[in-house]
Amino acid sequence: MVTEALVLSAILFVIGTFGVLIRRNAIIMFLCIELQLNAVNLSFVAFSRMFGIEGQLFVFFVMTVAAAEAAVGLAIIISIFRHYETVNVDSFNLLKW
Amino acid sequence: MATPLLALAQGGGQAAAEAGHYEPFLPGLVVLLPLLGFIVNGILALQHGRASADAVRRGEELDLGDASSRPATHTLPTWIGPGVMAAAFLIAVVNFARMYGVYLEEPVIVRYWTWIASGTFTVEAALQLDQLSMIMMLIITGVGFLIHVFSVGYMKEDPGYPRYFAYLNLFVFFMLVLVMGSSYALMFVGWEGVGLCSYLLIGYWFSDREKSDAGKKAFIVNRIGDVGFLIAMFLLFREFGTVDFVPVFAEAETLAYAGGLVTAITLFFFVGAIGKSAQIPLFVWLPDAMAGPTPVSALIHAATMVTAGVYLVARSSALFALAPLSSAVVAGIGVLTALFAATIALKQDDIKKVLAYSTVSQLGYMFVGVGVGAYAAGVFHLMTHAFFKALLFLGSGAVIHAMHEAYHSTHSHEDAQDMRNMGGLKAFMPITWVTMWIATLAIAGIWPFAGFFSKDEIIWYTAAFGGAENAPYPALYTVYWIIALAAAMLTAFYMTRMMVMTFHGENRTGAEESKALHEAPPVMWIPLAVLAVLSIFGGWINVPEELQASWVGLFGVLPASEWLHHWLEPITAQAHHIQEVNLGELSHYSPFGGGEVLWATISTVAAGIVVLASIRFVGGQKVVPVAQDEKKPTGFAKVLANKYYVDEFYDRFVVQPIVGASRFCWKIIDARIIDGAVNLVGMLSKGVGWGVSMFQTGTINTYAFILTVGVLAILGVTLL
Repeated sequence: MVTEALVLSAILFVIGTFGVLIRRNAIIMFLCIELQLNAVNLSFVAFSRMFGIEGQLFVFFVMTVAAAEAAVGLAIIISIFRHYETVNVDSFNLLKW
Repeated sequence: MATPLLALAQGGGQAAAEAGHYEPFLPGLVVLLPLLGFIVNGILALQHGRASADAVRRGEELDLGDASSRPATHTLPTWIGPGVMAAAFLIAVVNFARMYGVYLEEPVIVRYWTWIASGTFTVEAALQLDQLSMIMMLIITGVGFLIHVFSVGYMKEDPGYPRYFAYLNLFVFFMLVLVMGSSYALMFVGWEGVGLCSYLLIGYWFSDREKSDAGKKAFIVNRIGDVGFLIAMFLLFREFGTVDFVPVFAEAETLAYAGGLVTAITLFFFVGAIGKSAQIPLFVWLPDAMAGPTPVSALIHAATMVTAGVYLVARSSALFALAPLSSAVVAGIGVLTALFAATIALKQDDIKKVLAYSTVSQLGYMFVGVGVGAYAAGVFHLMTHAFFKALLFLGSGAVIHAMHEAYHSTHSHEDAQDMRNMGGLKAFMPITWVTMWIATLAIAGIWPFAGFFSKDEIIWYTAAFGGAENAPYPALYTVYWIIALAAAMLTAFYMTRMMVMTFHGENRTGAEESKALHEAPPVMWIPLAVLAVLSIFGGWINVPEELQASWVGLFGVLPASEWLHHWLEPITAQAHHIQEVNLGELSHYSPFGGGEVLWATISTVAAGIVVLASIRFVGGQKVVPVAQDEKKPTGFAKVLANKYYVDEFYDRFVVQPIVGASRFCWKIIDARIIDGAVNLVGMLSKGVGWGVSMFQTGTINTYAFILTVGVLAILGVTLL
């Protein structure tokens, strides 16, 4: 049971990672990050079967932080969109050498 | 004045004197008084410098020619400078009187504080009072006082007058530290200090490039010798763990006779002496040192500082007696220098250059004396030389002073020191003439003047040492003896030549100029007269016993037979003991037979004949003033006039290579290699930074990609 959950978690995490690396749309990338976080959450829950309740506790922390992060992240993306009228991350490369 | 002095001289109570006890009288004050003079005169010099800078700014000019208009900074040093010297001399005399009659076997050491304390090594600030330091103290303060007085007349119109006296007082302070210090370390302090003052006074007129260069030359050449002194001191410390005189000499005989170590120590000390006392090959600075004021030449470069090397060897007599090879080197360098410098002096036209080479030559004699184990004879010649050479220099100072004023009166730019411009001066300055003749006869070795006794004794001991039972290199000492005699004849010739060119014959100064020629003022000729008296009678304190009964000792009339030998016996006893044990009795005959009286007679008669012959010879020569002198010397005379091209040789083979090597170090090693390496490191980090900054694309995906790769890499490394 745990093995299957961990495999699913890994698959979700890799999808999320590739999503962040490949996609250029800021909102999609953002969602992919959420996917990674939730993949981790799944692992936590799965492991809590073996090691105790602390894993489930941590999931709450992660969800709280993810919610706060989503709020700030979306606000930034909206702000950027108002300025550039696009959410394509290739357009935002002012902070370079 | 006399009565309290007498009371002080007997000091420490009658009982103390009877018990063979010597109570020092304020020895620290002898050293401190000149230092005090330096401080006060130095403050005045600073004041004067500020005042004259202000005057220049206001466009005024200080008139120093008129005595009434001289500022206080000019009148005070007149009293302070010679005043501290007089006081120091009086204290020295009191101490001498207290030591006189007491056979002091162990030196009295007056300790003040611990100067260096490092582990087992300590150096105390302490003065050593014994017979040798007492003689040196009397010469330095006594002759020094006379020269200070002379300077008052000689330098009175010089704008740097207070500075001059500050330097002169500082010199005397360091010289006294040199001879009175109780260890080689303190001696080295004085040794360096007098070198500094020599540099300051040679370059006294520093706005003249040539003169400041001469000061630098003296300083740098002396440094070469000082390295030897330092190494010798390190070796002593390694062997004995101390550099104090008393313990070092007490344990000296634990070193093997003629062993490598004692030979190395003494040779390194002698390297120091070569530098300070201007011997071959480091004599080149002394003739150039004549750029300083003439009284400075008299005090530092004739009477006192340059004899420090002789003092060093005499002080270390116990070590030098243990090293026959070093002693032979000392005497060999001495005798070569005596001859070499005497030949150069034959062809010099500058009156001070003649005296400078003469000084080098006479210092050579002193080294012969201390090199053949006649330490007292070396110190004896040091003393008489201080009298007659100081007199000769001060006399030449009086001549230059008069010549300078003569040319000044007509605004001529002729050379006031060139003897070709002099001639016939005896009519204008009779006192200078008479006193300088006395000194000339003394240095030429004419009986009964001081130089005869001291020089004759050195030459005699050279023969006697070579004739000792186990003399190390008997043939060598015969050669030394012959060279020393030959150089004595040369001395008689070049000194007579100098006197004849300066004082006799027609006056060549110029008709207009000669009206301004005049005798030196009393403040200048009185020191000359005092030194002349010392140059006549100074030698009588040390008439050898063998000679006293003969005509040389006026059939027993001359007093104090071998007084100086007996006086210095506690200092030289150890060396003489070592010498007697290892070499046996000295000979009483010269290499070619004949006793002491015969050779004393031969040498003084020969010197007398040379003097008379050269009066006729030089007097018969036609001398033309510098301005009309177009005849250049040729052949060997040219080589002599150019001082054997030693300066040129050093310039070509020492100075230029060093300058070249320095330029190479500067331009190539420093500017290219070292600076290049530093710049290269800078360029590299800049380039790497620029290259790495290319990763900063500003695109989030790149960062995310690099982050992922990094995490995977770290995981890979740690997990697999």
